[in-house]
Amino acid sequence: MTGDWILRVEQLSKHFGPTCPDCRRLTGPDLGRSQCPRCGTVWACVEANLQLSAGEVLGIVGESGSGKSTLLQMIYLALHPDSGHIWYRDNGGPPRDLTTLNRYEARLFRNTKLGIVYQRPELGLNMRFSVGGNVAEKLLLAEWRHFGRIRARTAELMVKTELPPERIDDEPPTFSGGMLQRVQIAKALASRPSLLLLDEITSGLDVSVQARVLDLLRRIQWEDRITMLLVSHDLGVVRQLARRTIVMKNGHIVEAGLTDHILEDPQHPYTQLLVSSAL
Amino acid sequence: MSHPLLEIRNLSKSFTLHLIDGREITPVRDVNLSVATGEHLLIHGRSGIGKTSILKCIYRTYLPTSGQIWFDSHQFGRIDLSRAAESVILNLREHEIGFCSQFLRVLPRVSALDTLCEPLYRQGMDRATAQAIGREWLQRLGISPALWQASPLTFSGGEQQRINLGRAFIARPRLLLLDEPTASLDEATKQVVIEMIRVAQSEGTAIISVSHDLAGLGAHANRQWTFQ
Repeated sequence: MTGDWILRVEQLSKHFGPTCPDCRRLTGPDLGRSQCPRCGTVWACVEANLQLSAGEVLGIVGESGSGKSTLLQMIYLALHPDSGHIWYRDNGGPPRDLTTLNRYEARLFRNTKLGIVYQRPELGLNMRFSVGGNVAEKLLLAEWRHFGRIRARTAELMVKTELPPERIDDEPPTFSGGMLQRVQIAKALASRPSLLLLDEITSGLDVSVQARVLDLLRRIQWEDRITMLLVSHDLGVVRQLARRTIVMKNGHIVEAGLTDHILEDPQHPYTQLLVSSAL
Repeated sequence: MSHPLLEIRNLSKSFTLHLIDGREITPVRDVNLSVATGEHLLIHGRSGIGKTSILKCIYRTYLPTSGQIWFDSHQFGRIDLSRAAESVILNLREHEIGFCSQFLRVLPRVSALDTLCEPLYRQGMDRATAQAIGREWLQRLGISPALWQASPLTFSGGEQQRINLGRAFIARPRLLLLDEPTASLDEATKQVVIEMIRVAQSEGTAIISVSHDLAGLGAHANRQWTFQ
């Protein structure tokens, strides 16, 4: 676990709005707001730092609007940061700053090295394509070209994610909520990514379906040792999967540590509130 | 001069309760202790005084407020656990330091065998080898084979505690932290646990246990320390 880092985020920031000279002074976790009352700018993520080791699962928790998903979207290269760096490296090789990639390079990187699963399946899937079509889309973007290999890979992923392979040609609206999350996971894993990003993936699912999706992710992480970044507002989900956790509030990381430490010895007032609010 | 495996110097731990007007409590104040390879140190004292907090500081579930916890690691040399990087702590938990809490806290959908084998899987051991070792341990712990595929959360308190202890011992850590290991065990099972501790000690494992069982567990410890 002291292994090489695969992702290092340094001073990553993103705001939405015109900004004014007082913005930063008037926002932040101590004031309990991320929107500047003077100019209306939202400081979604401010100077975030984190590091992920290969094979590690890192949890990011915080209430709605704390900046978790903005941070994830920047790492997914779907949102360009205002400042900061996202360093990535393969197997201890030379680091690359992903914020410097052009659009083509970013798209290729996203489709080969990253996978993402959203809370809402319609964000991760093309609802008019079959399961096979959705996985093929990801693989074609990752520059796979052989139809037979793409089809075989899809069937293999359906088995891995506990989906009936005979439903390869069915469209997403014919699947249940839990199955749709598994279709998203299959699509995200298609190109054997180095990093899997999970954005509130069990929110809105009933408890038994949640458990099954989490068990699947645990098994995949166990078998493939895939690195995961898990965003959730549910401390129970994070406890099950992540061994380190970051706590965000109003766009800032207010605390980071081992998950058992965050849950049993929280230091920041907001983390104490969050832990005491857990059901 | 050789160092003990673990040496705690002036350890203090305070909690600031922000939700109760920032009230501060300090259960651990200026603690000094050490344990050598193969030694069993038993800590006792009245309930709620902070014995478990010492174990949790060593395991870094709690972040010490001040002081040092020097550990002689195979992989990292002599390091201060109170300041070591999280990645180092996670590595030590996998390979060198084990912790058995008072209560078993596991997923309800995982079998007793897999629950027990989890520390071996984490070490990278293949499933078949890990499960062969796991089955031996389940037998040694006196868990009926009929229960091996059931969740340990459906077990009796004593059986759960045996699984909990098995998880701590199976990875063969160099330092083992045991919180009330013989509480809720019958006399026969208590003897099994004492024998497990003796075998682990003979293999060089240092043990720090927190217990009120001075007559049973305490009689077998190399040293007892009263926490006041």
